[in-house]
Parts: sequence; structure tokens; C-alpha cells
Amino acid sequence: MGKVVVVTSGKGGVGKTTSTAALGAAVARTGKKVALVDFDVGLRNLDLIMGAERRVVFDLVNVIQGTAKLSQALIRDKRVETLFLLPASQTRDKDALTEEGVGEVIDKLRSVFDYVFCDSPAGIERGAQLAMRFADEAVIVTNPEVSSVRDSDRIIGLLDARTVKAEQGEQIAKHVLVTRYDAARAARGEMLSIDDVLEILSTPLLGIIPESQDVLKASNLGSPVTLSDPTNSAARAYIEAAKRLEGEELPVVVPFERKGFLDRLFGRRAA
Amino acid sequence: MNLFDLFKRRGSAPVARERLQVLLAYERRNRSQPDLVSVLREEIMAVIAKHVQIDQDYLQVSMDRGETMSTLEIDIQIPNKSARPLAMSA
Repeated sequence: MGKVVVVTSGKGGVGKTTSTAALGAAVARTGKKVALVDFDVGLRNLDLIMGAERRVVFDLVNVIQGTAKLSQALIRDKRVETLFLLPASQTRDKDALTEEGVGEVIDKLRSVFDYVFCDSPAGIERGAQLAMRFADEAVIVTNPEVSSVRDSDRIIGLLDARTVKAEQGEQIAKHVLVTRYDAARAARGEMLSIDDVLEILSTPLLGIIPESQDVLKASNLGSPVTLSDPTNSAARAYIEAAKRLEGEELPVVVPFERKGFLDRLFGRRAA
Repeated sequence: MNLFDLFKRRGSAPVARERLQVLLAYERRNRSQPDLVSVLREEIMAVIAKHVQIDQDYLQVSMDRGETMSTLEIDIQIPNKSARPLAMSA
């Protein structure tokens, strides 16, 4: 039985889709069978980040409504052969997903794949709740910024109340993934520190992804950052986070920026 | 930036942290009571329905949270035409 991991955040634009692609690809690279499911019906983007936008024929809604088989809708990645994508539909009907339908699809995926990553839409509405509904674990993507941390707290509350696991009295395993972390700004006290975020959310840390040009470059190219250039700092951080998700005990190193003399004197970057 | 600012460099993150801690403490407390207003609304509706037929829309329940005291406001409208005592029709 595979593990179902929801990648969620509440707030939009913090890096859910990027993180789903990067973590999923990093796990699949080790030989595990991985399915990435896009739950953002109407605004799908995981296909674009994965570089599979021109290969979408059927989608999640087709499978739920029975117009396509699951095997027809799954798109195999061209770089990693154990990596698959189930795209969301572009329909504007927001009731296209039913709880029973999603449950059936997740059950089938769970029986075939080692990992099923559910890319949640932003918000706390139906789509986001369906994405988390059948999850065993959750990755909460958070930027070190007040509105993102507040929304993450809200999502943590929902994970503990509205998932099948929580309703059965079990604990859903939650991990915070801090993205777009700028070590220099944190050192200058301009950005919430990792300790601040973890203390406020009181949830264990999965990893810290540094703010990096390589992330944008990877999405321009339609490749998860962990595949396009696995050596850059963001990719390395995602690969380590993926290992922790698989249960490996790796210490998290907070990206550190040495303060120069001028920085120390003026508390700003010496231009 | 004036000369004074050069020496005052604590950054804004501590402010962010403090604001979040206060706000989330409040929001979590409210979350743990599973929507008191809608529970009250349902129960009040059930009590009224025993005696008078009214529409869901005619019952307004709202809670105003104050510093030291909160007010619970219940507004029930019974339209004269549609309100038939159940005892009569039985």
C-alpha cells in the first residue's frame, strides 16, 4: 500500500506545485513508483511545471466521471520512468470532483504506486479539502512571511479535523516545508526565522528551500528543479527533504549567510 | 535613510513574530469551539419548529465578541400569514 501525501498551504503562490513536482521527482529518481495528482480543477498547472502540457488527453475529472480509465489518464514522465502525472481538468464546474470519486481514484493509485502526491489548490474550500481528505501525510508549504504562516496554521487545523485519518481518531503526519527562504534577509532580522516559523506552527520541519533563480529557470524549462539540475542549492534541499519524507533521519541545516563588516555595521547589504 | 537609522537595526521580523503569536492564539481558541453560532441556530430552530412553522431565513443568530463580554443576538421573525400553530392544524 502506497502512501498518500498532500502538498498544501492555504495561501496561493507559496510553491505548492513547484514543491509537488520537485519532491515527487526526487522520490521517483530513487526507483519508487510515484504519482502526482493535480487537484487544482480549472487552474491546472502541474502539467506545465512537469513539461507535460502537450501530452494531456484525459484528466482527473474524466476518470471520476468514467469517461476515461485511470491508466489512460496517467502520463508517464519522459525523464524518470517511475514518475506519473494525473492532470486536473480545465473545466469551470467546481463540483466536478465528488468525494466518492476522489476516494476511488486515490484507492486505486495507492494500490499501484509507492507514493501519491496530491497537489492542493490554494484556499480552504472544497478543492483543497478534497485534496487532503484521503492523505496519510501532509507537507505544508510555508513562506517565512506573516500571511503565509497564518494560513498554514489554518490548514493545520483543517488537517486535524477534516481528513479521514483525523476523523478515525488517528494522527495525520504533518511536515512544514519552508520555501523561498532568504538567509541574508533572515540574518538581518527582516524575515521570520526558521525557529520563529516552527515555534509558531509547532510542526516538525521537512526542509528549507532557499530562494533561488534555479526554481524559476526549472519551471521555464518544464522540468522539476530536482531533475533539471540536481546540484543547485534548491534542488539539493528538495532532494534532502524527499529523503526525510521517506523516513531518513537527516539533520536540517539552516542556510547561513556570513555577515560582512559593513552588514554588521549597517544591517544591510553593502551594495 | 537618516543617520539615526544606521544604528537602529533590529529588523521587522520580531514585530511579525509577535503579531502572529497574538493573532493565532486568538484564532485557535475560536476554532476549538466548533462554530457555536451554528449549533445554537440549529437547536433554537428545532425548539421553535415544535410550535410554529417558520422558514430557516427568519431566524438570525449572531455573536459579537467584546473584550470582557460577548453578546448573543437572536432575531426570530414570525410572519403572520404563514405562521400556523401546529396544534390548530393537527
